[in-house]
Amino acid sequence: MDSHHSYSQVKGVSTGTTILAVKFNGGVIIGSDSRASMGESYVSSKTINKLIQVHDRIFCCIAGSLADAQAVTKMAKFQLSFHSIQMESPPLVKAAASIMRELCYNNKEELQAGFITAGWDRKKGPQIYVVSLGGMLLSQPFTIGGSGSTYIYGYVDAKFKPDMSLEEAIQFSTNALALAMGRDNVSGGVVHLVVITEAEVKHVVVPGNKLPKFHDE
Amino acid sequence: MATMLQKFPSSVSTLNDYNALYPDWTQREVSTGTTIMAVEFDGGVVMGADSRTTTGAYIANRVTDKLTPIHERIFCCRSGSAADTQAIADAVTYQLGFHSIELDEAPLVQTAASLFRDMCYRYREELMAGIIVAGWDRRRGGQVYTVPVGGMMTRQPVSVGGSGSSYIYGFVDSNYKPAMSKEECLKFTAEALTLAMERDGSSGGVVRLAVISEQGVERQVILGNQLPKFSTV
Repeated sequence: MDSHHSYSQVKGVSTGTTILAVKFNGGVIIGSDSRASMGESYVSSKTINKLIQVHDRIFCCIAGSLADAQAVTKMAKFQLSFHSIQMESPPLVKAAASIMRELCYNNKEELQAGFITAGWDRKKGPQIYVVSLGGMLLSQPFTIGGSGSTYIYGYVDAKFKPDMSLEEAIQFSTNALALAMGRDNVSGGVVHLVVITEAEVKHVVVPGNKLPKFHDE
Repeated sequence: MATMLQKFPSSVSTLNDYNALYPDWTQREVSTGTTIMAVEFDGGVVMGADSRTTTGAYIANRVTDKLTPIHERIFCCRSGSAADTQAIADAVTYQLGFHSIELDEAPLVQTAASLFRDMCYRYREELMAGIIVAGWDRRRGGQVYTVPVGGMMTRQPVSVGGSGSSYIYGFVDSNYKPAMSKEECLKFTAEALTLAMERDGSSGGVVRLAVISEQGVERQVILGNQLPKFSTV
């Protein structure tokens, strides 16, 4: 379909992808698929990890040009750890998101990557921030991104409830990613989820054969 | 279109915004950028559509009826260029009516779908039309056929189309169950169309529904303030 032409303009490896983050009662879940593609028909990696840890309780997930995203997250990780040492306390999620935003906004001509930053901090608890392509920063209770996200807007709008339990939130994220991977041919592989709470960070992987199946499969 | 003043292409930089003299809608074709849907159930079909027709950024008609009768128990949902789909629907209505008189019995839904397909495929270079054909006949009961841009035709138990359909694939995939009742299909269609209308700028207005069965056609309209509500408002 013509709507996919924008991805052929992204240079090199692109994470045509599906990413999401959702707040639940006590934490956030950040999740993604695991496919990296070049153009629309070559899968350059089946098992890429798009969930980057930028600090103990703060993760980012990336969509767009993989090269740009890796460069920005590397820079952000460095700046954030420096900031954290200066402040002598764990950084705020908003600080991490602001660093990403500064980098994206000041380099908007060259970069082609969008980010979701999610995590937990002492001040405001679980939070999710979206930094979009041009460098806008927005806080949301849940968010979806990447090429596969168009197919699940209806599903997440219908199914999201504020203050879900951990199990409900995991089910919600897994279902949403599975549905997107089922319709978007540049998203696929396994589902990576990271659950961030005050106490711990837990990485959950749902392999292809354990994904939820829907009526026509 | 207005031709007195010269219009500059957007690649040429101008001192003033000359192109602001020409509102967007004078240059754009009328399009039913839209969300359409049809679901089969045992005994008939439920069809639904939004009601927005746009010319660029202007909503030319906010109460459009995109559910067009082709025969007594066969309707089609139209998406794409309004002119193209109206012309195709008129032509198929004529052809099907003639065929039905020759046969001296009610036409099959598959016949109507084939007529749409033949026209959409033959003139595929000139047309921009995505059509869902649905109805009831005595041989196979309720059927939904989709004829997307390009001119292929396939039967599906549930089909969505138009610009807003991308946003509801996930919802439709997860919520559809085979063997739903008529009321469940109506609720499913209304919810799916509402979700698409919330996200797609080219879809909106009211939800128009039609149920086609052996008994005939029942039509309903769900107005904006009566649409189903979801918690993310």
